[in-house]
Amino acid sequence: MAEYWRWKEYRWHDENKNWHDATLITAGVDVGSVSSQAVIVTDGELYAFSNQRTGSDSPESARKAMDWALEGTGMRLDNIGFTVGTGYGRVNVPFSDKAITEIACHARGANYMYGPTVRTVLDMGGQDCKVIRCDERGKVTAFAMNDKCAAGTGRGMEVFADLLAIPIEEVGELSFQVEEEPPPVSSTCVVFAKSEATGLLREGWPKSKVIAAYCSAMAHRVVTLLEQVGIEEKFAITGGIGKNIGVVRRLEGEIGIKALPAKFDTQIAGALGGALFAQNLLKKKLAVT
Amino acid sequence: MITVGIDMGSKTIKVVVLRDGEIIGRGIELAGFESRAAAEKAFDTALQSAGISKADIDGIVATGAGRKNAPHTDRDITEVGGDAKGVVNLYPNARTVIDVGAEEGRAIRCNEEGKVLDFALNEKCAAGAGAFTEAMSRALEVSVEELGQMSLRSENPTPMNAQCAVFAESEVVSLLHNKTPKEDISRAVHDAIASRIVSLARKVGFEPDVVFIGGVAHNAGFVDSLERALECKVTIPENPEYIGAYGAALAAAES
Repeated sequence: MAEYWRWKEYRWHDENKNWHDATLITAGVDVGSVSSQAVIVTDGELYAFSNQRTGSDSPESARKAMDWALEGTGMRLDNIGFTVGTGYGRVNVPFSDKAITEIACHARGANYMYGPTVRTVLDMGGQDCKVIRCDERGKVTAFAMNDKCAAGTGRGMEVFADLLAIPIEEVGELSFQVEEEPPPVSSTCVVFAKSEATGLLREGWPKSKVIAAYCSAMAHRVVTLLEQVGIEEKFAITGGIGKNIGVVRRLEGEIGIKALPAKFDTQIAGALGGALFAQNLLKKKLAVT
Repeated sequence: MITVGIDMGSKTIKVVVLRDGEIIGRGIELAGFESRAAAEKAFDTALQSAGISKADIDGIVATGAGRKNAPHTDRDITEVGGDAKGVVNLYPNARTVIDVGAEEGRAIRCNEEGKVLDFALNEKCAAGAGAFTEAMSRALEVSVEELGQMSLRSENPTPMNAQCAVFAESEVVSLLHNKTPKEDISRAVHDAIASRIVSLARKVGFEPDVVFIGGVAHNAGFVDSLERALECKVTIPENPEYIGAYGAALAAAES
């Protein structure tokens, strides 16, 4: 059976950079409930990362993510001076020097990815959704989170990709191939929304219209969370759903604010923030010894 | 006097035929996507089993989530009203009704006349409804019946962290990976829904006797978890899924 929910797992490193020249090499590993990332930062700059699905074993997922980020760089784990673990599995990163919450890491990562003007970060992850307010240094000033319910999370979108047999990376584009914008799916619960969607398909709705209705339901769902904390511009969206323009555009429409364009993979924010914290921690460590 | 009650549930449609307060016919059909057609079918089955024709009926009342879409009806009553009426008629000492159906969970407190004093319901989230057990039985690759039986054999109950049915499915898969016995996972599943239902019951301030109705009352594992969470025994009627329809048929006899 085709796995429509499956998103691209990949790695990247900056081939124009020679890591041997760097004085500070640190890493961040974000073991999330759905995806895991490892990011390597050299002298405060992004150098390499990997992005993959989390397996059933957290330490194993952390190790795999790290090995994959290192792959082809010639760098070894012991070249890395300090590693921060984050994400729900952060205490299960066997080779990390410190664990930091994903909220702090996300804010820090977003500060790098979108620049110091970003004040509100919406992280739409695999199994949770967070709104984080931060200052110009990427320090958290307020936050709200939903981690109890799949509505408004990546898992919810995966369920729909599977139900409608649409590869998850095509969901966003396809959701705009509608004559007119349908009303959002009315059930909040993903389980009930699935039954509702099946009914709509039976009524003859094309898949694009059903997924459009779901994207707008998801956008609508996170607005409540955003309002709890309040949105201050500039506004950025991280996490896997940040790549789904079907949700992003509809959310922008609903709140009347544009999200900053993503220059990096939106899924690496947490691990990147971890690696940046690790830079400071490594400096401190070196100063002491 | 012959009356009929039609319960248009989200998953199944139940029809009860009453003659002077006695049940003489019953019909049940999956609602599917054409609930009205399914209701017609359940209606015909019920009439047939009662050995009557439509002309013999003095009144028809509908209830259930889809009650506005029921065929042949003179009027409709809420599920809460139907449940209370049906239960108190069967059990005059019942003061609390717990109804867990496919997509809804309810707790109702009522008086000796079957009048509703307070109620609480969950219709927004699968975590407190039968849909949750169905999703978990799929993840465990067993039938809902087996799930219930397995739960009774659990020796090492493990708590479940996830509330959401979608997240719980992933949790069940990782519990299986970690070689947690299916019996213990089943127990965790039933304990999880039971705790949600009990919080509804607490909201209305439940008092004995507690009568448990709805399709999920057939699940022995869930009943066990519910009784433990409530810290009291519950009474289950013979055909717990028909009580709403029974209450509607009683209401038809009154009007």
